[in-house]
Amino acid sequence: MAAQLGFRCCGCAESFFAEGQPEQGLVADTPFQVAGSAGKEEKRITAAELLVDSAKNAVLAVQSYAELCGRTLVNMVVGPHYLQDTLEQMDFIGAGSMPIILLAGFFIGAVMVLQTGSQFIRFGQTSLTGDVVAIALVRELGPAFTGLLVTGRCATGIASELGSMLVTEQVDAMRAMGTDPNRKLVVPRVLASLLMLPLLTAIMDFIGLLGGCVASVFSLRLSAIEFWRRAIEALDFADLMQGFTKPVIFGFILATIGCYKGLTVRGGTQGVGRATTQAAVLGSVLIIVADAFLTKLALFLADKVF
Amino acid sequence: MSGTATALSDSGPAIQFEDVRLGFSEGDVFRGVSFQVQPRETMILLGETGTGKTLTLKLAAGLLSPSAGVIHVLGKEISSMREAELLDFRRKIGFVFQEGALFDSMTVGDNVAYRLREERVPEEEIEPQVREVLRFIELEDTIELLPSELSGGMRRRVSIARALISQPQVVLYDSPTAGLDPVTSQTIITLILRLRDVYGVTALLATQRLQDGFALANFHYDPQTKRVIRNARNGNAAAAAKAGQTRFLVYRDGGVYFEGGPEELENSKDPYLQRFLV
Ligand SMILES: Nc1ncnc2c1ncn2[C@@H]1O[C@H](COP(=O)(O)OP(=O)(O)OP(=O)(O)O)[C@@H](O)[C@H]1O
Ligand SMILES: [Mg+2]
Repeated sequence: MAAQLGFRCCGCAESFFAEGQPEQGLVADTPFQVAGSAGKEEKRITAAELLVDSAKNAVLAVQSYAELCGRTLVNMVVGPHYLQDTLEQMDFIGAGSMPIILLAGFFIGAVMVLQTGSQFIRFGQTSLTGDVVAIALVRELGPAFTGLLVTGRCATGIASELGSMLVTEQVDAMRAMGTDPNRKLVVPRVLASLLMLPLLTAIMDFIGLLGGCVASVFSLRLSAIEFWRRAIEALDFADLMQGFTKPVIFGFILATIGCYKGLTVRGGTQGVGRATTQAAVLGSVLIIVADAFLTKLALFLADKVF
Repeated sequence: MSGTATALSDSGPAIQFEDVRLGFSEGDVFRGVSFQVQPRETMILLGETGTGKTLTLKLAAGLLSPSAGVIHVLGKEISSMREAELLDFRRKIGFVFQEGALFDSMTVGDNVAYRLREERVPEEEIEPQVREVLRFIELEDTIELLPSELSGGMRRRVSIARALISQPQVVLYDSPTAGLDPVTSQTIITLILRLRDVYGVTALLATQRLQDGFALANFHYDPQTKRVIRNARNGNAAAAAKAGQTRFLVYRDGGVYFEGGPEELENSKDPYLQRFLV
């Protein structure tokens, strides 16, 4: 129940901002122009109050984000689902992100070879380049870069789309017509992001290796076959496990952050802009933090299990 | 859109507020609001800007829940319902938002069909229903357009059409004529009139324009001649009964200041009400 109350209240706060402003101009010459909310006084705020307030707000934000995630997980498992919307989002998040993934992936692989290669030359071990590039890409750089790039592209897109829908009361209109916005808007985006990120990561890994291969052939004079053989041999099952669970979690983070920021917009158009920026920043930071923990966890599991 | 709205589940009031209170951190908006809307009645909600008309409608649709008090709609207590139950319940209610709130990435046709698709009505039944409703609002040829390609008044009409498609028993209109020119306002009021007199819906209509309220109170739509006719003063009881009553509710300072019929309001000597009558 608490969950709904919180959500409802923030919903109406937004719609108030959205409708309050243009209305005033339109009714200026009616006898109703005497504003009803004239008597609000300015409050004095001390620094301590400010700190307490912001701490409270942070806790509330974490709580409502957790609620959003919880509800989304439940709705993801229990139907009904909006298949059409999910497919559209898969197209937006998956197919739409392909160009940047391809471009970035290729050059990330190439740069890695150039950087590590110059070190290996000192020890005369350039044949190790394939191993290094493969392990670093599959375990770490592939998932992380994919997560960050897609956050930059899609978490912001989601936040601004849902934010604009909220301030123009479209989210309320949905609720008024009996649609659960979580099912209709959040679940398709999270589901699409969850499913598409591992695929994008796989593409990123492959293209990265390709970029690395090209760079090592041209700058280190390695043979392409040698590079690929070493790269493939270097990888074991634990690396792949690690490399493909991370993007699932990153996908969840970036989509839920985008939705959360979008659905809690405050303050009209400007608020939408702010929410978009915050979604990019918060999403990226959370992904990097989660990456550290996941790496630790994966290494621990790799030790124990595999 | 065939046949009249189905009989109400209960013979009691369609909408009932009992001592409803609502406050935000900025202060209280409602300090105890009580009123009732009978089935087939049109309640005109008047008030200066910021007195809580929009909030009243959102409370009646369960989009907000009150801090205290009880709200019954169609015999159900909605103030204590959970959101999941409310979603289901809201299918019986039409809500016309102040700014229209059309889905701006969907065409007019898809906007109007939205509810039917949600209810998984077969696709071949949707098209004729959508056309019929769009014909009712006289915008059939906009079916393929996007809301951004319509004028303000057209958008308002489409949002009425979207609310009507599932034949709700109760329609909540939030300032349907706000910010429109007099001619367009007249079109919209005529539309609301036709809706009331053809389908017998119960309505709660928020507005800042008193003339909207008097238009609804003093005119009715005759389906035979397809004309809007002025109600005969005294008499023509049959028409009046068929049209359903129109009553007024005036808000002031977080409470109900006046409740009554059009004559009472017109003849009132109260200086505050007089300001609405100029
Ligand atoms: N989410 C909110 N948070 C805080 N205060 C709010 C919120 N929504 C509305 N209010 C306050 O409630 C009051 C009533 O708002 P409401 O939107 O219902 O007015 P209204 O009667 O519809 O006005 P208008 O004719 O301009 O549409 C306003 O004074 C506003 O300050
Ligand atoms: Mg309003």
